[in-house]
Amino acid sequence: MTEGFLFQALIYLAAAIVCVPIAKRLGMGSVLGYLLAGIVIGPYAFAFIGKEGQDIMHFAEFGVVMMLFLIGLELEPSHFWRMRHRILGMGSVQIMLTTLIIWAGMMLLNFNWKTALAASLALAMSSTAIVLQSLKEKGLGDTEAGRSSFAVLLFQDIAVIPVLALLPLLAVSTGYGTGGDGKAILAGLPGWVQTVAVLGAGSSVVLAGRFVIVPFLRMVARTHLRELLTAAALLIVIATAFLMQLVGLSPALGTFLAGVVLANSEFRHELESDIEPFKGLLLGLFFIAVGASINFNLLISSPLQLISLVIAVIAVKIIVLMGTGRLFRINCDQNLIFALGLSQVGEFAFVLFGFMHQLQILPDRLTDRMTAVTPLLLSINERFILPRFGTLAAAGKEADIIDVQHPVIIAGFGDFGSTIGRFLRASGIAATILDNDSDRVDLLRKMGFKVFYGDAARPDILKSAGAEAARILIIAVADPSTNCDLVEKIQKHYPHLTIMVRIKDRQDAYEMLDMGVKDVYRESLDTSIRLGVDALVKLGYRRYAATRAGQNFLKYDEAALLKLAPHRHDEKSYLYNAREQITMQELLLANDWEVNTTINDHAWESELRTDQEAKE
Amino acid sequence: MSHFKPALTNTENSLSTPANTTFPAGEETHFHTRRGSNGDLDTGRVLILFAHPRFEKSRVNRSLLRALPASGDITLHDLYELYPDYNIDVEAEKELLLTHDILIWYHPFYIYSAPAILKQWLDLVLEYGWAHGAGGDFLKDKTAFNVITTGGTRETYRGDGFNRFTIREFLRPFEQTARLCKMIYLPPFAVQGTYRLTDEELARHAGDYAFLLRQLGAGAYDREAMEPCDFLNDWIAAGQRTKAP
Repeated sequence: MTEGFLFQALIYLAAAIVCVPIAKRLGMGSVLGYLLAGIVIGPYAFAFIGKEGQDIMHFAEFGVVMMLFLIGLELEPSHFWRMRHRILGMGSVQIMLTTLIIWAGMMLLNFNWKTALAASLALAMSSTAIVLQSLKEKGLGDTEAGRSSFAVLLFQDIAVIPVLALLPLLAVSTGYGTGGDGKAILAGLPGWVQTVAVLGAGSSVVLAGRFVIVPFLRMVARTHLRELLTAAALLIVIATAFLMQLVGLSPALGTFLAGVVLANSEFRHELESDIEPFKGLLLGLFFIAVGASINFNLLISSPLQLISLVIAVIAVKIIVLMGTGRLFRINCDQNLIFALGLSQVGEFAFVLFGFMHQLQILPDRLTDRMTAVTPLLLSINERFILPRFGTLAAAGKEADIIDVQHPVIIAGFGDFGSTIGRFLRASGIAATILDNDSDRVDLLRKMGFKVFYGDAARPDILKSAGAEAARILIIAVADPSTNCDLVEKIQKHYPHLTIMVRIKDRQDAYEMLDMGVKDVYRESLDTSIRLGVDALVKLGYRRYAATRAGQNFLKYDEAALLKLAPHRHDEKSYLYNAREQITMQELLLANDWEVNTTINDHAWESELRTDQEAKE
Repeated sequence: MSHFKPALTNTENSLSTPANTTFPAGEETHFHTRRGSNGDLDTGRVLILFAHPRFEKSRVNRSLLRALPASGDITLHDLYELYPDYNIDVEAEKELLLTHDILIWYHPFYIYSAPAILKQWLDLVLEYGWAHGAGGDFLKDKTAFNVITTGGTRETYRGDGFNRFTIREFLRPFEQTARLCKMIYLPPFAVQGTYRLTDEELARHAGDYAFLLRQLGAGAYDREAMEPCDFLNDWIAAGQRTKAP
């Protein structure tokens, strides 16, 4: 494209911004919107972009890498370990069966067995990007189907590595190494060096995640520059991807590993929200590129052949997936989502077919045809199958989500917040905790709390802390000015959350009440009354009488607070009312003393008895 | 802090359960005061003073409350939910009493009496000079009785039974309190042997309780037929027997 970078950026962004909202409005997912955008600007519609769509796609594949990093971040190692049976079991069953059936089918059609094997391996894969994006958009990530889909996709991503290694062996002509695109510097080295390098790269990712990245992030966090933390997050992803590519491993797998290692760190939510926008943009770009690369000439020249191919492949995949789901005892509804979701052919088929093309495993014509089928499968699936997810899974969703998300989020974990956290924990309620002091976060984590580093006033941080599924947000931050800001944002983005807020004094209380927050807690109120009660006791009052006086004082004070709130804006009337309230409090309290003694006297003492005796 | 108890393990274990025993969604556990909408004072409006410190664990009381008719004549007043610190708002309680004609002390039977908050309520709200004594006529001619749940069966509450006294005998303080306040005291309604109740029996009791409340709310009962019964349960059973062909 001669017009240069700005023109291209303009085209891509404009296409996305026009098409995605339209797709959303029509009840389709964002993925199909991007695909449509790609088709519109692609060579067969307006032809704003030509063949370079393919290059853009390779670049945008980095979005998939970032997505796997994010997925890794959401999976704690223990969780990952618990899923191992599902990943290995379901994944291997799915790939092997699908490959076998498609291979057998192609053999019947008189393909060369090598060609058939290579093609069937590629077709067995599903699109990680599309499935996970759609599942997440529909809120199905934590369901049985979501987890199973993820397990199978993960296994497929891992399986790509041996498949890539296997392909050269199937090549008709020889002379290609295992390095794929030829980027790996190790390609020429002997086998054992390669193995050592691969193992070394993997373990260095794990070790660096444990011992280097977290201290490094802490250091960065101490500068209190938000953009620096974003840069650091990007650096982690890119460095990992680079290292993996260097030794010929899949960058996606490497960053996934890095994500899993970092999932336990306090920076989890911060990293998540830093990478998220990049991932989203790149994935969008990736889908646009996929849309732009659909070969409509082929579709027009031999529509029947293509359509029957599509239907055959989808049918095989669905049957195998249903069988796998049944084998692993997924219930019917969930199994359907799982099978339909994964029934398409993944973007990885592009890579594989491209590679096969290089190796001349497949004749050109067939490669082209297969490449055309892939985005078609994606579109069909996206248009007709994924939209039905929501209705099918509505029932299964609710109960599943709870074991991951906590009902309570505590923002601010100083003395005040941590006391709340401890109390809730002792009562069996788990809370997600956010604090933006990295030193304190570190300390609290050492004490066994699940605290995350992050500024609660950022909506994206709140989102990754699970604000959508939570019920209560407790603001225990010491600084009242951040409170207002935070409350405003929560009310805007998460109106369903009940806000409970710690505040300094009356004045702050009024501000919160004005904003519509009902649950306000003055930080010194209860403590000062307790001290007052103890003082009364030391002066000789009976503890019960002093305690009741304290209870009543608290009640009157809260009532007075509410009563005064509407008058606050009128400065004069406030002063008048405040004085009135104080007088009233004194009156009430004095009255309470009186009432108290009278009740006690009448209830148990002689006056009543003499009264009764007089009657008898 | 001197209040701090170092041996936390036991407490933690016992405290970790509530999360699992949370009520199914939609079930009401915080009643506070569910007030009837009926503003008229002339009909027999019923005030249920409910006192149960462990309501969330009580299968029987949950069933009984679930069957409660949603009538404008019936107010459910959950004392432990309203006054967890036992600091009863006497004036509010008095006002509530004035707008009702029938008062029910509804509670489990703990150590032959009511849970502590009900005693607190009696001590604080039934003031001398208001409920009884000189000028204490504000509750005059209203009706009161107990609705109780007991673990022991009816047979164990007899002179020759395990508990050696009848329920009626154990409830004498309530009976005399009602008399003291010039109220009419009716026999109790009791659900007994709660540990061994089958679901069918429980449903029958809940139905009886709802029936009783409806009759009381509508004023459709004959006090003189009730008074000789040991339990209001018997009155209901008798009524149903006579209705049956």
